[in-house]
Amino acid sequence: MTDVPASADGILARPAPRPARNARNRERAAWGFVAPALIAIGVFFAIPVFSALLLSLTDFDIYALADIGNVRFVGLQNYERLLGNPLFWGAMRNTGLFALIGVPLSIATSLAAAVILNARVIKWRPVWRVMFFAPYVTTLVATAVLWNYLLHTKYGVINWAIQSIGLPPVDWLGQPSTSIPAILMFVVWKIFGYNMLIFLAVLQTVPDDLYEAARIDGAGPWKQFKHVTLPAIAPTLLLVSIISVAGFFQLFAEPYVMTQGGPAQSTVTVLYFMYEEGFKWWNLGSASAVAFVLFLCILAVTLVQLAVAKRMGAYE
Amino acid sequence: MKPRALLLNLAVGLIGLVVLFPLLWMLSVSFMTTGEAATFPPPLLPKSWTLQHYRDLFVTQGMGRYLWNSFALASLATGLALLFTVPAGYAFAKLTFKGRDRVFQILVAALVVPAQIGTLPLFLMLKGMGLVNTYAGALVPWLASIFGLFLVRQYALSIPDEMLEAARIDGASEGQIFRRVVLPTLQPIIVTLALFVFLGSWNDFLWPLIILTDQSNYTLPVALAALSREHVQDIELMMAGAVITVAPVLILFLALQRYYIRGMLAGSVKG
Repeated sequence: MTDVPASADGILARPAPRPARNARNRERAAWGFVAPALIAIGVFFAIPVFSALLLSLTDFDIYALADIGNVRFVGLQNYERLLGNPLFWGAMRNTGLFALIGVPLSIATSLAAAVILNARVIKWRPVWRVMFFAPYVTTLVATAVLWNYLLHTKYGVINWAIQSIGLPPVDWLGQPSTSIPAILMFVVWKIFGYNMLIFLAVLQTVPDDLYEAARIDGAGPWKQFKHVTLPAIAPTLLLVSIISVAGFFQLFAEPYVMTQGGPAQSTVTVLYFMYEEGFKWWNLGSASAVAFVLFLCILAVTLVQLAVAKRMGAYE
Repeated sequence: MKPRALLLNLAVGLIGLVVLFPLLWMLSVSFMTTGEAATFPPPLLPKSWTLQHYRDLFVTQGMGRYLWNSFALASLATGLALLFTVPAGYAFAKLTFKGRDRVFQILVAALVVPAQIGTLPLFLMLKGMGLVNTYAGALVPWLASIFGLFLVRQYALSIPDEMLEAARIDGASEGQIFRRVVLPTLQPIIVTLALFVFLGSWNDFLWPLIILTDQSNYTLPVALAALSREHVQDIELMMAGAVITVAPVLILFLALQRYYIRGMLAGSVKG
């Protein structure tokens, strides 16, 4: 598709000096290589993202879907209305809770698993690595359905374990106070292997001599972790936490499958709210405003984290 | 073994159990007879093994259709993504053209923007083009993968310029160089990218849920989510459905895990 014939620059009767002509051919070939991808990114990514901003300034709804003539420009009204909507604030609060608990919990789990796996005495490390990572590649909807049953109040394995140590069963997904922790248990199970692999890769670059030296200085496991491991992984920790925040801000299938946003709207996330607003009630203008607020939140958190890290000198 | 070594190995074994148990339980329950899982204490193994739920899913619930949709869409998405991103990734790494660095910077910045923002306008756009409820509509987001482009570029940077120069001196056109010299060296990252896209498309939920409105076009996750709302009580049937959905990707991952993990680390640690 990109074979540029040598005679392509036809009308110039006298051939240009070879190097210049080669450079031109190469430039043309390069554009041939990148053009399909750039056009696809432009049409199916850039244009929709910019249109989302425009759409969020209109009252695009089900009537406009039938006849585009019904669309009106309404300025910032969608945003104003959102800020006055308690359901939207509920979704913001829930999403914030998911991220606030979920990010530290999942990163701590990943880090703990990585540190344990990195110990020299561990046998069959490659097998464990793959096994711990496996839930990450499974289909979210399928494993969410599976966890629904693990979390079942009467017949669930988790409540069985709880009762076997003498505690009362918990109605995990049936009450607002436990629905978020229950979903987080599932999410951490599913994703901790991802960050664990990243931590492991970095931990393996820390020379053993450093631990040796710390041990000779009389440092216990905790001090070794604090003074050797932690500084070594600090930049990675930042990167991972930024990616994790963005991920937790975009929870959708989990509440959709496990709770349908309930009980008492306690698991409605921002993305779930956007989906209902857009594709259940067909308020596409207002739903676009939700999407933009979500984007701004992710951007803000990312910038704050970068600023904090810069001040602490963790990331050069 | 020393006590510390024993303790650490024990801890790893325990994590392994917690990780693996849900998947094994899912498999086990899918073979139980109807209603068996809804007892207390929850049984771990079926009293008598049955394939009834798998038969039910394929005969009365149209699982074969969903399986085919998932498979066809994931395969097409993989092929298209490779076709669009591999040449572009190579060109950004190894060919010089006007505005290359500027364009690349814009793409880097665009990585911050979650694709979900454009979901609604993209839906309207495809509706205008008559692509709602078609395979084409479901495939569109996979064409525009900035991440895939980066992955290929990162890898292509390591191709020695001398190799390309030598081919040019031999009179090969840029297209021939790409096919005969570049593609073979990119083979590992192509496998990685193909795996990412295949699994990504297979597991994707939000976009197929929006764009595939007719039941006959559902992919496995969309069908499973719908089924779980109708059949909450049928634990065994739902677990059989989950096994059918998860097994193909899990097997594919286990077979090619080396490529997956290497690509994942290249994409996140260095990039």
